[in-house]
Amino acid sequence: MRNLLSQKKDYYAGGLMVLIGIGAVLEARHYSLGTLFHMGPGFFPIILGVTMTCVGILIALVAATSQATADDQLHIPKPEWRAWACILAGPVLFIILGNYGGLIPATFACVFVSALGDKDSTLVSALLLAVGITLFGVLLFSYILQVSMPMWRWGSL
Amino acid sequence: MALGVPVIYSALTDLWYGFGVALEPHNILWCFVGVLIGNIVGVLPGMGVLATISILLPLTFGMKPVGAILMLAGVFYGAQYGGAICSILLNLPCHPPHAVTCLDGYPMTKQGRGGVALGITVIASFVGASWGITEMTFLAPVLVQVALKFGPAEVCSLMLLGLLAGSTLARGSPIKGVAMTVFGLLLGIVGADIETGTPRFAFGMTELDDGVEIVALALGLFGIAEFMNTVNQTAPIDTKYTNVRLRDMWPSRADFKQAFFPMWRGTVIGSLCALIPGTGPTIASFVSYAVEKKVSKTPERFGTGAIEGVACPEASTHSSVQGDFIPTMSLGIPGDAVMALLLGALTIQGIVPGPQLISQHPDVFWGLVASFWVGNIMLVILNVPMIGLWVKLLTIPYRYLYPSALFFICIGVYSTNNDMFQVGETIIIGIFGYILLQLGFHPAPILLGFVLGPRFEENFRRAMLISRGDLLVFLERPISAFFVFLCLVLIIAQIYVRVRAGNGQKTEAVPRPAE
Repeated sequence: MRNLLSQKKDYYAGGLMVLIGIGAVLEARHYSLGTLFHMGPGFFPIILGVTMTCVGILIALVAATSQATADDQLHIPKPEWRAWACILAGPVLFIILGNYGGLIPATFACVFVSALGDKDSTLVSALLLAVGITLFGVLLFSYILQVSMPMWRWGSL
Repeated sequence: MALGVPVIYSALTDLWYGFGVALEPHNILWCFVGVLIGNIVGVLPGMGVLATISILLPLTFGMKPVGAILMLAGVFYGAQYGGAICSILLNLPCHPPHAVTCLDGYPMTKQGRGGVALGITVIASFVGASWGITEMTFLAPVLVQVALKFGPAEVCSLMLLGLLAGSTLARGSPIKGVAMTVFGLLLGIVGADIETGTPRFAFGMTELDDGVEIVALALGLFGIAEFMNTVNQTAPIDTKYTNVRLRDMWPSRADFKQAFFPMWRGTVIGSLCALIPGTGPTIASFVSYAVEKKVSKTPERFGTGAIEGVACPEASTHSSVQGDFIPTMSLGIPGDAVMALLLGALTIQGIVPGPQLISQHPDVFWGLVASFWVGNIMLVILNVPMIGLWVKLLTIPYRYLYPSALFFICIGVYSTNNDMFQVGETIIIGIFGYILLQLGFHPAPILLGFVLGPRFEENFRRAMLISRGDLLVFLERPISAFFVFLCLVLIIAQIYVRVRAGNGQKTEAVPRPAE
């Protein structure tokens, strides 16, 4: 039962590794190579890049020669777009509000938005969690650990 | 190397000195904080040891090295005590080393003997841990005496062996493990070259001149990527059996008798696994369960609530967890991702890992060994009378956990350099880590390669400089040749196993841990 589609996962996996390997070699070409005796900064990266490319090809080859099992298939679980977006939006908001608003708004936004990603969360539960973590976070990081981020700052960096 | 009475004597005096360090009030406090946090994290389904240690890492920058390492190590072995609770009472293999404990732990719970299972776990854990610590006390100094004679060529081949074992013996496909290790080595290159100062793989970003931040890397891979993978995938928690009280925990005399020898067999297997780089506690627990089933006169009882099936893997896990520290602290070669992270923590504190660590920083090494005793005793005390509290923690839903953890990740990464760039780095690594997870890669070897990479390159370049560019130096020096030989054996064994298993179809009778 050799079906190309059912083994896609390892082809993608190998392909990604080949891409990374070739990318590393292409970038490392710009550094001086040196000799085996006196290695330059480019020597080790090129060895790694070549190794990576070979390993990537090997992954794909092994996938091509082995029988497919259910485990090998690229199965993307039902995309959790909302959850993923919320989880990534949390830290992004933390960066933006941390730079332009201060620790309190950054913490609140980060926790509140990322909490909305869970399908069991409600506005109220996310709100309560965000308030609680903000209070705790400010107490711990501003007062006790003295992280150098003002609690409030508006507009400027 | 002179084995015998003098070694034992000096190890004992050094350990005595270590207790002096570990029992200083602030060090006791840090050790307690570490094991407490570890225990909590271990109980909470869906929180990982790696993520927790990485979050705590930036907070330790201001601390003294001894306190920092005691606390971070405490999180690691503390989590092992907590992790078993989740497996036994909920049948959730949320911590890989305890996945195998589900097999007999949960049936025991269903029979109303969950308390006994937890009780025997605590006893087995302590036995296993004690053995692991004893092994470290006497073995590490001997290993160091050998390792101090190593030149760059030996260090290099030893690292190669460590990396190869770390990537091929861990869970998942060996080739993919190698790919992840090489990827980690590549990430380790990012930043200014040690000899010429040329920025490498920085792509014009000056923030990357100091390299990828280890905290950002670990939290991206084991924090953000993990959350993306787990969110909305968690099974509802069944609290039907979680009502365990202290008086349910004492094993009867018959239970104890049944569990006694399995406990010791597990301990020995665990301590052996700890010495092979790459085979950490997870492998140890799986192997010891399989061995116990084979040795048993009544193998059919396994899987239906046999107490041996709980005692053996748990003892094995703990003896291997403590033994894991031996190659890490004495040779500077981490066996798994957690150890890689601890080595990173040492480096940040300005301590160079390697065989010279024990003589240059005896307070760190012997303080750590002594704190293992202190910490393990604390954990037994924490786990027996307070079991009710830990069981309550099981019911905290994931929707409260991950947003809180995300905040700790952000502030933790930010505070490493007071730089938001690192937070952005973490997000990017997180997205990439999620893609890797979906493609069937286990990201743990990345950390191994990342931590060892710079030292590997340095020693490789130095070895080549000394040998005037002759690659044969790795085979001409006997110790180095031995390590290279072991590497070859490892590769050939992997290929052999794969060919024999009929094109790599592995059937695992054990629930796969949801990492």
